[in-house]
Amino acid sequence: MKRYVAALLGSAVMMGMAVPAMAQDPIEIEYWQYFFQGRVDAIDALIEQFEAENPGIVVNHTHFPYADYRTRIAAAVPAGEGPDVIQMFYGWVPGYLEAGLLQPLPEEYFPLQELEDEYFDIVQAMVYDGQLYAVPTAVRSLALFWNKRMFEEAGLDPETPPATLQEMVDYAVALTERDGGGNLTAVGLTMAMTGQDHHWWREVLVRQFGGQPYSDDGRTVTYNDEAGAAALQYYIDMIQDHGVSDIGFMDEPQAAFRAGRGGMHIDGSFRLGALRDTRGLDWGVGELPANADGDRYNFSSYWVNGITTTPQGEEFDAAARFLQFITTPDSMQLWLETVGELPAREAAALTDENTAHPEFGPFVRGLEYANATQFVNESAQRQLMVDMVDRVLLQGMSVEDSLAVAAEQEQALLDEFYGG
Amino acid sequence: MFAWRDRLTVGQKLAIWAWGFLAVPVVFYCVIRFYPTFESFAISLTDWDVLSDPNLIWFENYVRLWNDPVFWQVLGNTFMYLLLGTPISLLIAFVVAYYLDQVRFMHGFMRALYFLPFLTTAVAMAWVWRWFYQPVPIGTFNNILATLGFAQQPFLRSTTQALPAILAPAIWAGLGFQIVIFLAGLRAIPSSYYEAARIDGAGKWQILTEITIPLLRPTVVFLVVISSIGFLRIFDQVFNMTPQGDGGPLNSTKPIVLYIYETGFDAFNMGYATAQTVILFLILLIITLIQLRLLRGR
Repeated sequence: MKRYVAALLGSAVMMGMAVPAMAQDPIEIEYWQYFFQGRVDAIDALIEQFEAENPGIVVNHTHFPYADYRTRIAAAVPAGEGPDVIQMFYGWVPGYLEAGLLQPLPEEYFPLQELEDEYFDIVQAMVYDGQLYAVPTAVRSLALFWNKRMFEEAGLDPETPPATLQEMVDYAVALTERDGGGNLTAVGLTMAMTGQDHHWWREVLVRQFGGQPYSDDGRTVTYNDEAGAAALQYYIDMIQDHGVSDIGFMDEPQAAFRAGRGGMHIDGSFRLGALRDTRGLDWGVGELPANADGDRYNFSSYWVNGITTTPQGEEFDAAARFLQFITTPDSMQLWLETVGELPAREAAALTDENTAHPEFGPFVRGLEYANATQFVNESAQRQLMVDMVDRVLLQGMSVEDSLAVAAEQEQALLDEFYGG
Repeated sequence: MFAWRDRLTVGQKLAIWAWGFLAVPVVFYCVIRFYPTFESFAISLTDWDVLSDPNLIWFENYVRLWNDPVFWQVLGNTFMYLLLGTPISLLIAFVVAYYLDQVRFMHGFMRALYFLPFLTTAVAMAWVWRWFYQPVPIGTFNNILATLGFAQQPFLRSTTQALPAILAPAIWAGLGFQIVIFLAGLRAIPSSYYEAARIDGAGKWQILTEITIPLLRPTVVFLVVISSIGFLRIFDQVFNMTPQGDGGPLNSTKPIVLYIYETGFDAFNMGYATAQTVILFLILLIITLIQLRLLRGR
């Protein structure tokens, strides 16, 4: 019976095109994002609220597996077949702009002044030639997770994570466990550039050792100096000198931490859900450690929403209104609670409740001192960091030489992208 | 009105019907295989990045390939997979098939056991092997080594051990198929040859080298060609056994197909990726032709 009704409804919808409109045809817009259960739930909830407030507009929500997502957008939008509003990784925006896939957002719905006043600074990167092309609902940052039980067994205070980089080393040494043959059975700090460490190294460690990873316009690699070498040395020393970790231990960092065999672990807020569901793991989360001078940095990344070149006229207006709706402070709070990603508006993020939250708090506080990397090809740039560490660990190259190779290769990637 | 039809002979009508049916797969094959193959030659001369319109840049992609050290490395890796994989897998498959052929007890069961890995999805198998190779405490191989008092081996974390470590499950997976083909080849040799040889007083070794192996030539040709193509196109195992499917450490396990995939679907550099596929196509073509010539000769 249910199926019968559904079929009837389905055919009614399909015939809707042909049947003369009773009053006025609703304006339909198409929203695309990649599949992640929390994101899908959040957008579904927001669409419901939006449609209730805007009776004339219908939002169709389509999502694809992450692996296909970019290819689908790339194929659909130029053909004019695709979505009106899309969610994209901020690092893709320059490429999409260059290919002419995006329209600027209308000033009446998205005043630049408001963006400047209310959003975190990192979002400024979405302004090109004085025009805003995309806005995020949520931003991400990094924090340090620690295993309370392992802290206790190592004689450390289970409620206090390391405050400085030096303390981090000391704690990691205390937390590391080896078997009779000297093989690692639990690491003090989970490590792998394939995880979040490449962000930690670029935007946090390099700056904490006094450097800057890239020039302000993001087009020049600037980490190939003493500071960069010191940052890489710190990272390598953890493995080679202090022996508190190894790349590939338990296959990947988050697996080691979830299995209770990693004392400390650096990850994003999106990991919170998985950790909450891990039984028998008693963990805490805190801000990333500061350097000796107390300087703190963080890495932030975000997904943004933009309007493609597909909608025109009243559809464009509807798309803009929908985009405005999903970036209100209330929508951002809903996103935080459903997806675990932080509000992109400072006021919405830095509420007393959020900053004091035992789980979101460290991430939210981290946003205040976060930088975003202007990636041109995130996976290729991550691979350069993976190889940079492997050249030292597996081939015995010096830290300075390996750093220079990475800088040269990354500069080539940037040059190719910016065409210079 | 039907005059033209009546004028056709039965044979002609049959031919029309036959071609009518044959046209479907022929058209399908042309659209699905030949057209994209030729188009990829054209794409390889452009800088197409999926997003914007392609520009004709002639042989720039090929010049870039020539100067790309990673391309030469992945080409070398690909040939390592081929040169290690094909002879080792054929040798093991032949030995197993040769003895299996002589076993009567539980023959079917044994054959099924050997065939089973061939039926398993490569992805699932690659992940199981990936965990086998892990360091202590989760890696099976290293746990055994550690228990016996030996030093741990880095396996997938070594630039020298990783390629053979990835090749092992690939060989194992293809073994079942090769064994079954060898068995069929062995069964196809008339037993009268063996009887005649035995009457003439030939020994086991002589029978093997003078009768069995020469008569297996067509089987060997077939298997060498098929398994060479398989190893040249290796992807699943590498993609699933290296972190993030990167073909590491330091590109030491990356085959050309994985490099094509990265260039095309990570960097969206379709022109450059297509140029690599053209090279792979030519290599496959040349190797297949050489093998057919060498092994089929005389």
